[in-house]
Amino acid sequence: MTAMNLFQKPESLTCKNTHYCPGCTHGAIHRMVAESLDELGLREQAVGVAPVGCSVLAYFYFNCDFQQAAHGRAPAVATGIKRSRPELTVFTYQGDGDLASIGTAEIIHAANRGEKITVVFVNNAIYGMTGGQMAPTTMPGQVTTTSPYGRNVEEVGYPMRMAEMLSTLRTPAFIARTSVHDPKHSIETKKMIKKAFQYQKDNTCFSMVEVLSTCPTNWGMTPLDSVKWLEDNMLPYYPLGVYKTPEGWEPMPKEGK
Amino acid sequence: MAKQLMKGCEALGEAAIRAGCRHFFGYPITPQTEVPEYLSRRMPEVDGVYVQAESEVAASNMIFGAAGAGVRVFTSSSSPGVSLMAEGISYIAGAELPVVVINIVRAGPGLGGILPAQSDYFQATKGGAHGDFRILTLCPSSVQEAADLMIDAFDLADKYRCLVMVMGDGMIGQMMEPVDFKEPSNDPLPPKDWATTGCKGREPNIITSLWLQAEKLEEVNIRLNDKYKVMEKEEVRYEQYNCEEDHELLIVAYGTMARICQTAIDGLKADGINVGLFRPITIWPYPYDALFEASKGDKKILCVEMSMGQMIEDVTLSLKATKEVEFYGRCGGVVPSPTEIREQIEKLLKK
Repeated sequence: MTAMNLFQKPESLTCKNTHYCPGCTHGAIHRMVAESLDELGLREQAVGVAPVGCSVLAYFYFNCDFQQAAHGRAPAVATGIKRSRPELTVFTYQGDGDLASIGTAEIIHAANRGEKITVVFVNNAIYGMTGGQMAPTTMPGQVTTTSPYGRNVEEVGYPMRMAEMLSTLRTPAFIARTSVHDPKHSIETKKMIKKAFQYQKDNTCFSMVEVLSTCPTNWGMTPLDSVKWLEDNMLPYYPLGVYKTPEGWEPMPKEGK
Repeated sequence: MAKQLMKGCEALGEAAIRAGCRHFFGYPITPQTEVPEYLSRRMPEVDGVYVQAESEVAASNMIFGAAGAGVRVFTSSSSPGVSLMAEGISYIAGAELPVVVINIVRAGPGLGGILPAQSDYFQATKGGAHGDFRILTLCPSSVQEAADLMIDAFDLADKYRCLVMVMGDGMIGQMMEPVDFKEPSNDPLPPKDWATTGCKGREPNIITSLWLQAEKLEEVNIRLNDKYKVMEKEEVRYEQYNCEEDHELLIVAYGTMARICQTAIDGLKADGINVGLFRPITIWPYPYDALFEASKGDKKILCVEMSMGQMIEDVTLSLKATKEVEFYGRCGGVVPSPTEIREQIEKLLKK
């Protein structure tokens, strides 16, 4: 029997080792994005937009054209690219500080304009790169370096549910929330990311997948405990599922073109 | 081509289209709102792209993306909006992207007012945003010149892979004058083989302003600086008026202010008093050497601005401490009249 190569590096990833911490899920999510690009034959027309945050250096790991954006502005940069060259497949890869805090205006308006871009939003409930500060997605009571007594919702409000918020917009879109805390959900995440790219490939609509993920380093837990913590704390607050699809969308009566 | 009567803002928008630019991302703000208004109508006619951004911050990052994708792109704003664009401007400088930005200056600081001013001179020439970089800044003094400089701005941006600013005071944006659009140059420009256009048949291109290694970032800064040195040698623009004959006084002014001074100079000339005018067209790079030459001899130097005195610092530098610089300025949106300038000149000449 000849040896078969069953597991290969996707062409859309480079051979560089990532700088991510042990137990971090960015590497797995990168791979899912890369596999999706490969499977849909999009690598040579893809332009990624890297955020500011842990994945600021994502352009070292993806084997396609990339731009590095200012903090939170990836959807604006992606808008500039996509409007200039609609034939390109443009995606942003953003964390929760980037997308849900400093970049709220940019993500809301890109979604509302119906920019035909794909957003991969990695939500790990904390600022990673700067060393574990409170994010808009940090859970109530969660201890971070800037909420040392736990997130006090009376002072700073509740964690923001971006998938739900963006789904309220009238503009057609594909919006889903998934998680990568176990293999079953990881397989589902990959499916959703690929689906999001498919919508862009078909020139249908804006697409975003919010991916719940862990940050063992800044949560101060082992990778295994992190998975448990995500299940116990994040899953009940951030329900998984498809929040919005373009199918069945109908124009309002008398709606202009 | 026949001259057309156009508002400055509209002429700037049309000039961009004549320069082959088909991409505009902007946000309304007085006194430049006619630029986005004009382009929202005009871009669809030429299969161009017009996007009203959610803010100037977003607009400055949209032009980053578009320029990175290798297309000609510009935005337009006015003072408070340009402050918000500081983020994009710095990243564009760092990533070396060719972009044109219009600033139709209104009086500040803060929300200030909506009337013409020249109070963003420091912002354009000394510190548009964080980091070690320069903005090639062109200052028209008529609607015709605004259109001409706008067309040149795109070539300059492509030539140097840099941000070029066309800065006019509110008057330049709002007044109507006849304008004749020149043909864009056919000068060969460097290919945009660095742009993110999809990596088919080549290694991926990366547009970034992030360099975590100190030595590497220093290299980038040195390369930028080398480029600025070339601009300082090649791209300085200025004009002199009534300087051929001996004159007792030399006015240094730019933009609308220079035109008003010109009227005052004409009036004085009719009465036998000769006053010269030195008008910088690029305020960065500044025409230091040419102004030094023009300042030589037994004459007084008067810097006139629609600000409390910003360009005067460059005038002073130009003179290499050979003489004092007198100053007259109005601000807050007050535009001095030719009579007012004439009175200042006469007062100085009597001193």
